[in-house]
Amino acid sequence: MSETVANPALQASAAPAPARPEASVFQIFLEFLIIGATSFGGVVPYLRESLVTKRRWVDDKEFVEMLSISQSLPGLNATNMAVLVGEKLQGVMGSIVGVLGMCLPGGVLMYIIGYVYRIHGDHNIVTAALKGVAAAAVGLLLFTVVNLSKKSLSGNFDFVFIAVTVIAVNRLHLGVPLTLVTVGILAILFHHPRKQEPKASATS
Amino acid sequence: MNQIPALVRVFAYLSLLTVGGGMAAFPEMKTLTVDVHHWLDFKQLIHLYSVGQMAPGPNMMMIVSIGEWAGGLLGAIVVLVAFFGPTAILAYVVAKGWRKLEKWPWRTSIQQGLAPVSIGLLLAGCFTMAKGAITGLETGAIAVAVLLILLQYKINPALLVLGSAVVGLLTFTAK
Repeated sequence: MSETVANPALQASAAPAPARPEASVFQIFLEFLIIGATSFGGVVPYLRESLVTKRRWVDDKEFVEMLSISQSLPGLNATNMAVLVGEKLQGVMGSIVGVLGMCLPGGVLMYIIGYVYRIHGDHNIVTAALKGVAAAAVGLLLFTVVNLSKKSLSGNFDFVFIAVTVIAVNRLHLGVPLTLVTVGILAILFHHPRKQEPKASATS
Repeated sequence: MNQIPALVRVFAYLSLLTVGGGMAAFPEMKTLTVDVHHWLDFKQLIHLYSVGQMAPGPNMMMIVSIGEWAGGLLGAIVVLVAFFGPTAILAYVVAKGWRKLEKWPWRTSIQQGLAPVSIGLLLAGCFTMAKGAITGLETGAIAVAVLLILLQYKINPALLVLGSAVVGLLTFTAK
């Protein structure tokens, strides 16, 4: 911990051209393995604590930037972040070991849980507990929806895009890919760059 | 039957739909794993997903369980690679290009446009799951309680899921 504290200027100045922090491939693997094994209830706070506060591999601004890229791309935040941070530190190898470390603990755990559930999943007690767990998961998802809506929407009209997406998938059964592409393109056009002279846009 | 090629196809395809989070792919995952390939039934899918919320790491690691059911250890490994490989490569390529595009005005448009769509997909996945998970007043009450508690207090969601297991145990065992 103490080796990075030596230079107080690091803490004071905000990030103009940060030097590439030193981290070996093994260190990256180990750090993501720890995050992958301890991040109960959502990875983002654990990622920030570890990568920004503890290791200082990325600064706060960079972290937010990487997170927004992760959210706009297909793939889970957890693994996309591992790719982005790994890439910054050690290129291809950094990304690979980052994702590996991130997935290994949860993967092994779910392998065992899946196996046990297959054998004992029909017991009365297990079914009862899982009924509660599944209901809680729905509540958790709704919370994530509320939370993301507060953080990442850029206007009230965005709620129309949310509604259209839900109707297209759940009511019209258009399928996720078609919905994603169609509504996605409409929403991107709606949010077209404002500073340029307003050209005729496809949205109405 | 050898399910490995089907596992690769299904999970590589699903991975590309996970814009904004794994739940975006849930409606398609239900169709493909339950209705088309019969690797498990809807109730089991919901159970595995929900239990997965208590596991650390990425919140879709329940795909490992599906892979194991359909194809053993090899199935589990294949599913992991198929699900995380393509998107990891995409993220790697885009990460390099995206930084250079900092001045490109459409970059912000893409981020602003995809935000509501990814939230919509998440909500659609949530509704798909609710159809199987919310079966009565009790389960509805648990879901609402979890939502309200999370909105009100800063508490680790994994603990709430664990607590709901206990509530479920006490509520539903007798029936």
